Amino acid sequence: MKYFHLVWAALFRRKTRTLFTLLSVLAAFLLFGLLDSVRTAFANAGGSVAGVDRLVTFSKVSFTMALPKSLLPRIQAVPGVAEVAYANWFGGIYQDPKNFFPNEAVSENFLDLYPEWVLPAEQREAFRHTRSGAVIGASLAKRFNWKIGDKIPLQATIFPQKNGSNTWTFDLVGIFHARDPKLEGQENVLFFNWDHFNEATQFGGGNTVGWYAIKLADVKRGDQVAQAIDALSADSDHESKTQTEQSFTTALISQFADIGLIVGAIMGAVFFTLVLLTGNTMAQAVRERIPELAVLKTIGFSSQSVLTLVLAEAVLLLVLGGAIGMALAGVVVDIVRARIGNTVPLAPLDVSIWLLGLALMVAIGLVVGVLPAVRGMRLRIVDALSGR
Amino acid sequence: MGAAVGLPVLLLIVMPWWILIALVVALAGWLAFTRIGQQSWSVTKVGIATIPQRLGSSSVVVVGIAGVVGVLVALLAMGAGFQATLRETGTDDTVIVMRGGAQTELNSVVDHDTAVVVSQAPQVLHNSGGQPIASPELVVVASLPKVSDGLDANVEIRGVGEHAWEVRPNVKMIAGRKFTPGLRELIAGKNAAGRFKGVSVGSTLKLNGQLWSMVGEFDSGDSHNSEVWGDAGVVASTYRRGSSTTSVSMKLIDAGSFEAIKAALTTDPRIKVDVSTTKEYYNKQSENLTQAIRVLGITVGIIMAVGAVFGALNTMYAAVAARAREIATLRAIGFRGVPVIVSVLLETMLLAVLGGALGAGLAWAIFDDYTASTLGNNFSQIIFAFSVTPQLLWSGLKWALAIGFIGGLFPAVRAARLPVTVGLREL
Repeated sequence: MKYFHLVWAALFRRKTRTLFTLLSVLAAFLLFGLLDSVRTAFANAGGSVAGVDRLVTFSKVSFTMALPKSLLPRIQAVPGVAEVAYANWFGGIYQDPKNFFPNEAVSENFLDLYPEWVLPAEQREAFRHTRSGAVIGASLAKRFNWKIGDKIPLQATIFPQKNGSNTWTFDLVGIFHARDPKLEGQENVLFFNWDHFNEATQFGGGNTVGWYAIKLADVKRGDQVAQAIDALSADSDHESKTQTEQSFTTALISQFADIGLIVGAIMGAVFFTLVLLTGNTMAQAVRERIPELAVLKTIGFSSQSVLTLVLAEAVLLLVLGGAIGMALAGVVVDIVRARIGNTVPLAPLDVSIWLLGLALMVAIGLVVGVLPAVRGMRLRIVDALSGR
Repeated sequence: MGAAVGLPVLLLIVMPWWILIALVVALAGWLAFTRIGQQSWSVTKVGIATIPQRLGSSSVVVVGIAGVVGVLVALLAMGAGFQATLRETGTDDTVIVMRGGAQTELNSVVDHDTAVVVSQAPQVLHNSGGQPIASPELVVVASLPKVSDGLDANVEIRGVGEHAWEVRPNVKMIAGRKFTPGLRELIAGKNAAGRFKGVSVGSTLKLNGQLWSMVGEFDSGDSHNSEVWGDAGVVASTYRRGSSTTSVSMKLIDAGSFEAIKAALTTDPRIKVDVSTTKEYYNKQSENLTQAIRVLGITVGIIMAVGAVFGALNTMYAAVAARAREIATLRAIGFRGVPVIVSVLLETMLLAVLGGALGAGLAWAIFDDYTASTLGNNFSQIIFAFSVTPQLLWSGLKWALAIGFIGGLFPAVRAARLPVTVGLREL
């Protein structure tokens, strides 16, 4: 640390070159920050935070098929099941299909299974008592500027009403928010009462539900419980498939796109060019300074110290540019999230993204610094001072 | 200064190919036939000749720009491929009828009576046997494990009516035979075949507890290639759908009668349906995702381009510094500033074109026809191939030129402005 000013001075020996290199590093890590924010947003949707103690039971044929409601008491009776809720995908659209957000008809106890949604007690009570009531996530409320008391008309795509109308109008009685900011991406949802759905829908209600959500009494017994639930309907004409909520969502997202692969491929290309670019800068910097390094050695710096100094310079270059780039990415993500909410999947740049970024900065710094540093370490004072 | 640089760059990126060709020809003419042009060309030649001495730093420009262009072209090729697959699906003279408000087939239910009413519309083409060319179809989704990783994926099963082949004459059998109506037999689209377990000719597949045999493979050249087809009636009984279907696809007498049939069916009081041409129906499905991929591609491209510009600036400033004495000598013996500027710019843009060609070439070699899949509107897999089109290669090249232009301009101006006396003293 006591040589910090030496490293710093060496880094800014050629101001323009260092500045340009820093800006290239900055651009690379700005991109890294943004893309990793997207990747994290999708990964979080996979339920890495919440949902570990929940199972979901869908039709084995595909999650678009319904299950009989008669399974409810039988699932409740399975040992290890603490509570069972059920829901139906409604698939209504607000004004234009482009305004897509998930909307689901949920059983009365559904929200009890999802403690990650914080809904004030009196709003919860209002939801219970208002038949046409609906509750929405805070992000969704912000997106359409909805307030409690508003009427929300949704166009049914799957379930017309009994009277033939496609328009379902819900009374907004509650707005919930995510306990954990990481889950804000999933606040973009509307829940309404399953009983109301069942009563008003032309078909699809009655004896069937879309899926069951199951709260486990003991998380460790998840596999056993899942098997026991699926055994209930084995060899019937409505076989079920029970899995953790997390694996269900992960599989669904992987069907949409292999986000990790796309982000990984882009960042691979970016960092490859970055290594070449900063490596070139470091090579130039050391080449010009050979006589200076020789002087350092002459006045007593060991070869080891020279190696360390050059490596430190390279790492400093990367960390400086990278940190500014990621800070910028953080600001961009915050602005985008504040402006257009959660329609763009972006997660805030949290500690884990920063740690990954810092590890990459140090690693790239070491990679690009190692050749010039070894050159500096190996130089012979006599040759270097005489310019050979 | 910003506008002075920004405007040409913007022009460069939106420029059609023929203007650029004209510019290149004009530049070549200028270099060959005017005195100052000839001077510029000889200075440029010296610059290019010294590139091997600075191979390391010159390759920074080439690789940096190759990276930008490669990523940009690959991402846009993904969007173009997806769009092309859905664009090629459907025609102007076939219509798809679904329940009012349903948006997608999976959401829709069309009961038998409605299907009959719909197919009796006078605008529907009749075949030689005098029957309307209408195919009531039932779309359901089956969760099948992928061959690649064993994870479940949603596969669209389309039960089709007997006239489906006349509605879609582009569907050709490429292996095995068509399914026999009334039997539990399926045929797989070309892209679905081999991608999911049990979806290949000769194997059997368990759907909703019943065994089906795969008897053939078809190629439609469009998004139906991601589907598995069977007889609508048998699919309906397996999935306990009774006599209802999810849509009716019909061939019209001609494309011009669409408005008439749409008006007739949507106002018919007996039924409540939406009518659109199949072309419109499938086109609409590609909009959102294509747009999202474009935004992603261009955002990533711009940020990477900024990084590459600074890399190019570094390289060219270093190149100018290394040649300071030589440039000052040229100035001292009477060369003007213009040839110096032109030579540095040309050298950078040459490196940039090299990088652009490398990046576009790599993207083409790796990603053209690379197959990927995503979840379509029917909650099922749409399999598509990346399409690295000539237009994309071309726009990649234009991005490369724009980056080279900015990266070369400032060092070029510095080189021309360098006082001769200072330059001559440089080592």
